[in-house]
Amino acid sequence: MTQTVQTLVSISNVDKIFKRGSEEIHVLGGLDLEIPQAEFLALMGPSGSGKSTLLNLIGGLDRPSQGSVAVGGERIDELSDRRLAAWRARHVGLVFQFYNLMPMLSAQKNVELPLLLTHLSRSERKKRAAIALEIVGLSHRTDHFPRTLSGGEQQRVGIARAIVTDPTLLLCDEPTGDLDRKSGDEILSLLQALNQEQGKTIVMVTHDIHAAARASRTLYLNKGQLSTEAEE
Amino acid sequence: MAGAFNWFSQIASITAVNLRSLPQRKGSSVTAVFGIAGVVAVMVSVLSIAQGILQTMDNSASADNVVVLRSGANTEMMSGLVGDDTRIIAEGPGLARNAAGAIASAELFVIINLLKKATGTDANVPLRGVESAAFEVRDKFNIIEGRMFEWGLNEVIVGVGAKMEFEGLELGSTIPVAQEEWPVVGIFEAGGGLSETEIWVDAAVLQPAYRRGNSYQSVIAKLESPESFEQFKDALTSDPRLNVKAMRESEYYESQSAMLYNTITGIGTFIAVIMGFGAIFGALNTMYTAVSSRAREIATLRALGFHSGPVIISIMAESLLLALAGGVLGAVAAWWVFDGFRAATLNMTSFSQVAFAFDVSLSLLTRGILFAMVIGFIGGLFPAVRAARQPVASALREL
Repeated sequence: MTQTVQTLVSISNVDKIFKRGSEEIHVLGGLDLEIPQAEFLALMGPSGSGKSTLLNLIGGLDRPSQGSVAVGGERIDELSDRRLAAWRARHVGLVFQFYNLMPMLSAQKNVELPLLLTHLSRSERKKRAAIALEIVGLSHRTDHFPRTLSGGEQQRVGIARAIVTDPTLLLCDEPTGDLDRKSGDEILSLLQALNQEQGKTIVMVTHDIHAAARASRTLYLNKGQLSTEAEE
Repeated sequence: MAGAFNWFSQIASITAVNLRSLPQRKGSSVTAVFGIAGVVAVMVSVLSIAQGILQTMDNSASADNVVVLRSGANTEMMSGLVGDDTRIIAEGPGLARNAAGAIASAELFVIINLLKKATGTDANVPLRGVESAAFEVRDKFNIIEGRMFEWGLNEVIVGVGAKMEFEGLELGSTIPVAQEEWPVVGIFEAGGGLSETEIWVDAAVLQPAYRRGNSYQSVIAKLESPESFEQFKDALTSDPRLNVKAMRESEYYESQSAMLYNTITGIGTFIAVIMGFGAIFGALNTMYTAVSSRAREIATLRALGFHSGPVIISIMAESLLLALAGGVLGAVAAWWVFDGFRAATLNMTSFSQVAFAFDVSLSLLTRGILFAMVIGFIGGLFPAVRAARQPVASALREL
């Protein structure tokens, strides 16, 4: 009996050009990529190679200059800004290098933020945020503000915020880049568990080879092209 | 419907997040609030002068009173009526009458020179010669200190506003009138009207002192009812013996105050607009700083799926809230300091001083706060649009 692995993300012939004054910077050129459902993909490459740009295209934070980006069969590059924002809220969980938490909100309220875009009641939002914080092991820190949490704990809150809406896709931009080795390992174990136990599809941009080793596949981006091997 | 709910809920959520972060931006926020408060305080204070003058004129007028001047004269100063004229006028139809006859006072209006208490400079103070009917025509007249002057004697009574504003008008003092010293025997009030800036004396005493013979400058009379005005006016203007014009008292005082009111309102508005530009730049600076210090938060919210519309509105809400705080602060300060504050100024129309109380009315307070909101709106709009227009990816990249 064979199991069919469905493609979640399909990127086809994508160019991304940034304009700086009259100068055009070609970051991605004719790029193709398919990410199956429930994959944990690491994207590596030198600074400026376009890793974050690619991540932004997958997450609907940016649009390609040419080509198509489809997620779950939907062409997100063709959506209006308004619909794209709604799509992100429904389907994408974002984890940032510097956590990007709201400093004036408690851990619980930070995690509840994406749920404000749903029609859930206040009590339901609270319940779901509590579950997400429990998953990341921070049930005991719900009322703490970001400034009273360690870097590792803040990133856990960031992950709880990313998974609280039960998104299709988890996009992590250097999630361990601002953490010490021990905290970084804990975060990676958490991401791995979310991938293996909950079947989350994760795309992680990283510079760290140890972090990439936790992924099920690693791709290297250089000069706007993807490869399975790092360039010397 | 659900979409609209979602939109409003986003606005409420982002606004709440914004406002919670206000304490982190205390300095610039407080500066903006005080800047706007200053503008509103100045605007409301200056306009309350005009409002106070208008109020004084309004208090002076009674709906059933009529003022008669020589035809072509716009003020009592420019008018002249001989004794026969005033008798014919008093016989006119539609006037209220009592046992002594028509309630009509033929009056003389001269200017004397006194020192203004506030500045120590010369000021033109109205000295009015009245007849006994004057006290029935002005039904709000009331002696509050001393006594009424004796008819036929060189005695004066002084309006409470004049006493406050000019030197030497205390009870028992004397004032120089036509090389003589006339004693002040009483202080009166007149419902906050223009008469309170005047000094009153028997017209029959004032006429020889100023060598006016048997002439007057105006007749102030009480009508049977406000509706009798047209009948009275028509009778006077069609009488070949007279060359006079009749005006309702309200019209007369309106014409007396129009120039002063418009001048002060114009100056007040001009100052407010100039200061308002400064405050707009202050608010712009505050909101640009707010947006830039919260660039990460705004970009993150948008990345999470919050729309740019609610982001714009939430930044506007913060700006408007700061402006509202400034507006209320400035309006309350103006009301606290200036409402009821008494002063006098020269009315260029009558060439005499008019004492008035600054009137910080509710409509003025509302105008001040609305002006603050306009400043807040403009100050918040550009930073909000800039924050919302920046592509999410580039906003996140710049952090």
